[in-house]
Order: sequence, then C-alpha cells, then structure tokens
Amino acid sequence: MTTYRLVVVNAGVSDPSSTKLLADRATARVVSLAESRDATIELTTIDLRELLPELAPAISSQHFGPGFKRAIDALQSADAVIAAAPVYKAGASGLFTSFFQVLDNDLLLGKPVILAATAGTARHALVVDEELRSLFAYLRTLVVPTSLFAATEDWSDKALTKRIDRAAFELMLLMESGFARAVKDESWGHYQHEYGSAGGTELGIDLSSDLMRLATGGSAKRTPLP
Amino acid sequence: MSFPMQFGIMSVSDITRDPISGNTPSEAERISGIVKIATKAEEVGLDVFAIGEHHNPPFFSSSPTTLLAHIAALTETLTVTTSTTLITTNDPVRIAEEYAMLQHLSGGRMDLMLGRGNTAPVYPWFGQDIRAGLPLALENYNLLHRLWREDVVDWEGEYRTPLQGFTSTPRPLDDVPPFVWHGSIRTPEIAEQAAFYGNGYFANNIFWPKGHYKRLIDFYRQRFEHYGHGTKKDAIIGVGGQAFIGKTSQAAKDQFRPYFDAAPVYGHGPSMEDFSDQTPLSVGSVQEVIDKTLTFQQSFGDYQRQLFLMDHAGMPLGMVLDQLELLGGEVVPVLRKELDARRDPESAVVPTHERLVAAKYGDAEPRQPRPNANRGDNVTGASPYQDTDAEFSAVYPA
Repeated sequence: MTTYRLVVVNAGVSDPSSTKLLADRATARVVSLAESRDATIELTTIDLRELLPELAPAISSQHFGPGFKRAIDALQSADAVIAAAPVYKAGASGLFTSFFQVLDNDLLLGKPVILAATAGTARHALVVDEELRSLFAYLRTLVVPTSLFAATEDWSDKALTKRIDRAAFELMLLMESGFARAVKDESWGHYQHEYGSAGGTELGIDLSSDLMRLATGGSAKRTPLP
Repeated sequence: MSFPMQFGIMSVSDITRDPISGNTPSEAERISGIVKIATKAEEVGLDVFAIGEHHNPPFFSSSPTTLLAHIAALTETLTVTTSTTLITTNDPVRIAEEYAMLQHLSGGRMDLMLGRGNTAPVYPWFGQDIRAGLPLALENYNLLHRLWREDVVDWEGEYRTPLQGFTSTPRPLDDVPPFVWHGSIRTPEIAEQAAFYGNGYFANNIFWPKGHYKRLIDFYRQRFEHYGHGTKKDAIIGVGGQAFIGKTSQAAKDQFRPYFDAAPVYGHGPSMEDFSDQTPLSVGSVQEVIDKTLTFQQSFGDYQRQLFLMDHAGMPLGMVLDQLELLGGEVVPVLRKELDARRDPESAVVPTHERLVAAKYGDAEPRQPRPNANRGDNVTGASPYQDTDAEFSAVYPA
C-alpha cells in the first residue's frame, strides 16, 4: 500500500475559519479517495496563524524560527499540497502570500497542488485563478485544473462539493503519476538551484562546472560561461 | 607573540544613529573613533583588526589600505586586514599594488580577505555588473594571485583590459605575497578557489545557524586536501561572530537590546533572544560569551582566526572601547587557554608573515628585488629586476 504525504497549508486566521473548513473538506476527500485506491495519506497541517511571530524575521532577515523550519521540512518531503487562503480586498491574504514568498524557489518543484480560497463575496472569485496560479507557477508546482473558491453562498451549493471532488481526484491522479518524484530523480539538475536551497537539502556541488573550473585559475574568456 | 590562533575584531564601518542618544556621528568622528578602536584592540591584547570596504553612505571605509597603513603605523603587534576587500569592483592590479604597499609599510603585519559585495548599484560605478559577480571575483583573483608571484605578467581576461609584460610594484615584502582569505557564506566556487590555491577560508558566522557555515567549511577542508596542500587539518579557517559582553547576563541584555532592536541588518525582525538561540550571536556575561564561542570549535574543528563584530549599530565609541576591555581582558585569555588545550597539535597555525618567510626561505635570506636601471623603456621590459628570470619574454599583440 502506497503512502502519500499530504501537507495542508491553511492561512485562515479565525476560529472557526471558513478557509480551514474548505481545506479540511478537500483534505477529507483526498483521504477517502486514497483509501478507495489502496493508498494512505500521511497528513501534516500547517496553520499559518501559528507562524505569525516568526514571519517578521523570515521576511526581514531570511531567518527561520523552529515553526518555519518544521513547515519547510514538511513541504520539502510532501507528495502533494493543499494551499488555502482567505481573500481580503481582492487579493489572497498577506500571511498566505508572504509565507510562500519566503520559501526557496525550488522547494515545491513539480509538486501537485490544490489551490483554495474563501471570501465574503463572489466578486473575489477569480483571485485563485488570476493571482494564486501565477504564484504557484513561479514556484513551478503542478496546480490541479480545478480551483476551489467558496464565497458565502457557495457553502450551501452542491456545486462546491462537486468541485472539491474533482480537485481531489485530479490531485490524486497527479500524486499517483509520480511526476514530482520523477522530476526530482531524473531532471532536478535542469532547474535553477542555489547551494542550500530546497529547504537546505540542495547540497550537491558540481565540481565540473565552468565556474568551478574558473575557480582554479585562468580567465572567464578562455572558459566560456553559459 | 606568535599564537597558533588569532583573535581580533572586524568592523563593517557603518555610521549609524545611536538609538539611545539619537546622535549620528559625523564621518570625521567615526573615522577618528575607528583608529582608537584599532589601537585599543592591540592595547587589550587582541591580534587582529579588520575593516570592511564600502562605497556608499552610511559607511566610511572606501579606502581600507589608507586606514590600515595609518593603524599599522600606530601599533606594534596588531595584524591589520579587511572584512572584506571587494575583489569584484576593484581592479586586481590596484589591489596588488595597494596591498603590497601596505605589506611593506606594516612590516608584514597585514593580510586581506576577499569578498564580492552584494550591493548591486555599486558595480556599475566601477564599470562592472553584479550579474557577473561570481565569475568576475574568480577571474580577478586568478590575476591577483599571479601579479604577486610573477615579476612579469601577460594577461587576457574577460573583465579587464589585457596586460602585456606588466610588473606590479612594489613586489611583495620579502617576495612573499600577502596571505589571502576568501570570505564566503554560500558559494561553493569561492571555497573551491580558496582550497585550490591553499589560501584561507573565512565564514562570517553572523546571520545563520552554525550548521549553515559548517557545510562549506567541511567542503573547503576536503578540497584543500584534494589539491595537495596538506591534510584537512592543515586547512586555514577563519570564523566571525558577534558578542556583547556584560558584567552580568542581564546587564549585557539590557545594554545591547536597544542596539540590536534598531540594527540595520536584523533589527525589527527576530527578537534578540531568538536570534541568540539560533545564530552565533552571544549577548551575556563573560562566561556566557566564552562558552558560546567555544562551541564554534566544536562545530567547525580547530580554526586559526576568530574575529568578533563589536562596533556596529550605533554603539558609541566609549561603549565599544569598554567592550574591547572585556573582550581582550577577560574573554580572549580564557579562549586562548581553552582552545589551546583542545587543539590538535597537527592542526594548522595561522600564517603570519614571519611564518610564511620561514616556510619559503628557511634560514636563507629572503629575496629583495632591485630594479634594473631605467632604460627609458621600462614599461615594456620583460626583466624589470636584476634577478628576474631573463628567459621570460612578454607576448605583445601582433
């Protein structure tokens, strides 16, 4: 039986939180789908509210406290991610975007993601597709085709359940495909990394690179750089 | 006295408002203050004074060799060095000339640390581009290395005009090049270059947990051995750190907190307690600073130079001088004793000019280059000195 590691990032800050509720519903659907497909889900939930005290040093000094480190470790080893944000004033919450902006560019490379957002009005409906998708494209994740969005009226609409089912199924297929793992195993070197990136795991040093050769004498002129 | 390991201070040269008094020192005050700080370092028994290089306000240290030559003239045992000299925006020819001059004037009591500089707008002021920062640093050092070791250099590189039959003057003191440290915190290529040439490697050890620095230090040790300069124990490592020392733990925290909280680099971010827990910063009693500093050796192995950042974030001169009294008077003597006791006898000792001269010449007299008479065309000569290898022939463009 295969075990998949699913990490849920919830940026809802109230309790109860509709953002957390939406993330939970998507999670529950993924978990039950996995059971029906002879797999289990190992679940980690990151409530960003708890990281608020560590956010300021992370933004100002790239200095990660223990909570951030746990979150980064979980995301680094995740097979898939559900990321849920409340929408404030026509954009995903600052907590949500700040969190993902301080992560290494290659931390989530190739990982399947369900994007979810909640709002008090349907006017925010396109935030997921127009704003969050581009953030997660930059992080080179694989966002499922179905975005989840719930405004007040959606909670009593069966269509939301359908969309959750669709998104969960899409995420399941992408996890099963082993896409992220194959990228990591077979194509990792073709992406940009920095020493110590990918949450501190990217420690390979290519001794045969042009720059490494330049470190041992000569000039860049005789050692053409890419 | 010649210790196996040196202790000293490094200054960034920031001119920062004192958050308590509200006073911002003038450039004149800060520059005369730094000279007092450096001479105080020697007075309290420290071995090294290092100054940074910056070309924008609020920093004063645009011209490190001028400052360091002055300090060398006022001191007798202190080694003056940099933290860092910009190997990117400085022409390596000027570095070769200026630091060789400093080496002569200081009687060999100097070395230098090379760094890239991370302020993008500075690069174009000197005709460079930060996007090429790394290859620029690597190439520039490759040239600098030759300028100090070959009387006559032909050079064609990507980043500066070619040289034909060029002689960098004066030749290094006793024809022994100044020792070079390569400073880097996350660039394997710089550690590789330090290892390739058998130079020193310096980790600033300021912002991140120790484990972060350990990885590249270990890589440098391994490559140092790979290139045949000795074993991993022979590798030459410098480590930074920052401390604020109080008579008691609480006094230290109370005194330093306003400076920490307003510091340009980490202020308004992590709390002083969190930052101290997670990085090498120590704010505490003499014993606490000693204990924390001893953990560096546990993490990195024996190392040869320890520099502390002591005069930043607007701390007034009097406070810095008091800190140096505590550092030199109470902290470093214990560190010397403790680290000496723990030191593997096979570990490298810090390379001083005397040690480098002895290694090169043994009991023989060091070379003292004497120029050939002016022939009127000395700018094109391939044999500038009486003992320059006459076989050498410069290559000129056709």
